[in-house]
Amino acid sequence: MASTPEEPRFDGRGGKWIGASVRRREDPRLVTGRGRFVDDIHLHGMLHAGFVRATVAHGKITELDLSAAREVDGVVAAYSAEDLQLGDMVALLDRPPEEFTPTTMPILARGKVRFVGEPVALVIAKDPYAVEDGIEAAQVSYEVLDAVVSEETALAEDAPLVHEDAPSNVLLDVTSFDTPGVDEAFAEGCVIELVTRSGRQNALPLETRGAVASWDDRDEQLLVQTCSQVPHQVRTVLARSLRIPERSVRVVVPDMGGGFGQKCVVGREEIAVAAAAKLLRRPVKWIEDRSEALASGFLAREQRYRTRAAFTPDGQLTALESDIVCDMGAYSCYPFTVGIEPLMAAAEMPSVYRVPAYRVRARAITSNKAPTAPYRGVSRPQYVMVMERIMDLAARRLGLDPVEIRRRNVITEFPYTGINKVTYDPGSYLESLELGEKILRDEGWYELREKNPHLGIGFSCFSERTGYGSEAFAKRKMTVVPGFDVSEIRMDLTGSVVVTSGTINHGQSHETTFAQIVAERLGVDLAKVKLRQGDTERISYGWGTFASRSVTIGGSAVATAATRLGEQLCVIAAHLLDTRVENVGLDGDGGVIQLDDPNRRLSFEEIADVAYLRSHLLPKEAEPTLTATAAFDVPGDGTFSNATHAVVVEADPGTGQVKILRYACVEDCGVVINPKVVDGQARGGIAQGIAGALFEEVTYAENGEPSAASFIDYLVPTAAEIPDITVDHLETPCAFTESGAKGAGEGGTIGAPAAVLNAVNDLLWRTGVQLEQTPIHPEAVLAALAAADREKAGTGA
Amino acid sequence: MTDKQLIVLTVNGEEHELLVEPRWTLLDVLRHNVGLTGTHVGCEHGVCGACTILVDGEPVRACLMYAVQAEGCAIRTVEDLGTPEEPNDLQQAFSEHHGLQCGFCTPGFLMLAEGFLAQEPSPTREAIRETVSSNLCRCTGYQTIVDAIEATAAQRSAESGKKEDAVR
Repeated sequence: MASTPEEPRFDGRGGKWIGASVRRREDPRLVTGRGRFVDDIHLHGMLHAGFVRATVAHGKITELDLSAAREVDGVVAAYSAEDLQLGDMVALLDRPPEEFTPTTMPILARGKVRFVGEPVALVIAKDPYAVEDGIEAAQVSYEVLDAVVSEETALAEDAPLVHEDAPSNVLLDVTSFDTPGVDEAFAEGCVIELVTRSGRQNALPLETRGAVASWDDRDEQLLVQTCSQVPHQVRTVLARSLRIPERSVRVVVPDMGGGFGQKCVVGREEIAVAAAAKLLRRPVKWIEDRSEALASGFLAREQRYRTRAAFTPDGQLTALESDIVCDMGAYSCYPFTVGIEPLMAAAEMPSVYRVPAYRVRARAITSNKAPTAPYRGVSRPQYVMVMERIMDLAARRLGLDPVEIRRRNVITEFPYTGINKVTYDPGSYLESLELGEKILRDEGWYELREKNPHLGIGFSCFSERTGYGSEAFAKRKMTVVPGFDVSEIRMDLTGSVVVTSGTINHGQSHETTFAQIVAERLGVDLAKVKLRQGDTERISYGWGTFASRSVTIGGSAVATAATRLGEQLCVIAAHLLDTRVENVGLDGDGGVIQLDDPNRRLSFEEIADVAYLRSHLLPKEAEPTLTATAAFDVPGDGTFSNATHAVVVEADPGTGQVKILRYACVEDCGVVINPKVVDGQARGGIAQGIAGALFEEVTYAENGEPSAASFIDYLVPTAAEIPDITVDHLETPCAFTESGAKGAGEGGTIGAPAAVLNAVNDLLWRTGVQLEQTPIHPEAVLAALAAADREKAGTGA
Repeated sequence: MTDKQLIVLTVNGEEHELLVEPRWTLLDVLRHNVGLTGTHVGCEHGVCGACTILVDGEPVRACLMYAVQAEGCAIRTVEDLGTPEEPNDLQQAFSEHHGLQCGFCTPGFLMLAEGFLAQEPSPTREAIRETVSSNLCRCTGYQTIVDAIEATAAQRSAESGKKEDAVR
């Protein structure tokens, strides 16, 4: 078949596989119970591990006696920090002392504990039941110290210190931008002031954390199979902490039951278990139980914003000022540090709006609570909530419609470089907003609201930076700068390919979508492509999966590697067909054709046969075997996905409970590789955002005791609380990524709290009460409604 | 406490002689002793439902039952539904409707749905949603799980209707 203008030449950039909702490659094993999660791994002679954990939030260890534990039937060993002598975990920022105070995280507590659930000692036994017996027999005594459990206690004059070397409990204090015109704008404009808070949340992957470690004498290597989003970073910390070369550590990630960020930091438990396996020369398995996961797993999102915004009378935002405090808990996580939440918030708070003047102070405080990790959305659910509340409050004050005030402020010309010195690539901010509004109008929700005083409508309009490359992360001044990704692709004699990525699939469907990208580029059937991830021996280096970086950066590396392999195939084919390389091309069907005579064709199998088995026939410029590698990094400030969420809620006047009647998401993540997967990411993300808006919070008693140690107390929403959600797609292709895709992992979670809170406040407006914190407690809604009804009855009488 | 007992469990139609401690849960024994790891450990409090299996046809949390209590019962786990080559209709529907992402909770939802559909072959979407609310999923937002079960129920009803027609 000749290439003619009517039949565009195969270019590997779209059509057959990209954009198709193909069935997931992951599903056959997962629906039949044949996935291999870390707890499914059973090695010969394997022992089990568990941790003696701190029972007080803040205290000096006055006695630690493991002798009785070691005597327990079935217990093989018990170790304290002193026994293991491991190096601490240290995560740093390259910032001056007035901005950043470094702290360290020991693998097992040494001398002092800083939160309930902190690992103090490790018990190893023949079965998990004996582990529990051993933990119970361990003797630990504490001299209890006053606990730091709130911003007020942390910043008090005579506050107890969580870290002695961090006076004032402030680990990060950054004032940014402070652009000219802030004070003038506030002096002249209509000023909106508000204080917002969001509760501490658990990302809560349904599979808890866990690891199986074993030492291999032949490989001289520690094999650690762990459910981690960042295996190469785990390897680095393991090697440092155990003081062995990195080549002596292999980290493998099996199937992973969700992560959402909680598993993108290195856990001290996986290090301790690996150390024990090395000492004992026997495999050791540790599986976190749910109580541990709730009380002592990495948490997130406890933030307070004190914000002012100035507007002109016609609703133009003229200045923004915010003071942000993030409670980062007891320790700084590796590799992101305690800066993860405050620095994200400070850099990106202006959101999708044109902000002419901006000043922000962002602080990370340390407290006697479980430490934090980046959780899906990282600070964006919080600052988007602030910005969207500001828009609604200003609209009320100025007598504008909430959509209209957003229309007047949203960025419409791209690329746009904001006051925050971030450049936003093209998106569909206004278009998504207008479509979101149209959906609710067309369905008659505005009329229904007229008739029902307990019904409220809320919007959130936002963008999400995805694919942070190394340039974008370098602006944070981390000493460990994530960014690039690498891929290697190899074609075998059967024309099948194995492609690697440094990203980690744990629900995002990479095995399917990355295969779609490669199949498209090479012009082979999807079934011919197999993705491999999560093995530090197979993948030279990688930064794992977080910050919606997989398809943008990892997917681009994979695409580039596939393109290079295609070029190699063409070089060999041209030689074998005795023509110029410019005169051949991939045919989109597993072969290379001669362009001026398409009847002359070589299949990939035929080319591979020469590349491996008859290499004497290769041209001089081609090396034997068929393999290509590529590295990819997103330049500049990355790429921004965007969306508008439009929500209708109804409050129950008898209970104050909020029910979501309609949830519409209009999203734009550039070129969609697999629509079903993108819809799934949006819906799942929104469910987690609703969880934060209405249900989930980890609270603490004054002594630092966490309230939620089981699912009875930590309210994870079920199918009864999460509504059906429609997802509409707009498509603004990204110019920097190979497939034109932007990240789609976090947007749902980012937009939901703002939209739900705005909808609730819409119905509460008549009561005179506005709620500015999440989760929204039914008691607060009920109180507002009841007070308003009483007042109405009073004035009527 | 650690005195072991010899019990016989019938799992997926096969008998297993097992030496167990009375305190071992059915969940642990299925996973560690029988070697069927498709049933997952989510919370061990009976809330999340990741360990849902069928005991004499009823959906049961395997973490809330001791292995010794299950002697003489017919136990059915996800491994009995279908294979990767030949998944059953419900498993296919979960895949078709993208009713799973990480897949950790999926075996529990499948067994819950199998037990539910056996008792209630033609449920409304609301009834399916209510049943689905027994288990936790952190990835999907549940909608596509409800879709998958609804589609399976409709397909099974249509097929049994056809069979009845054929008998007539």
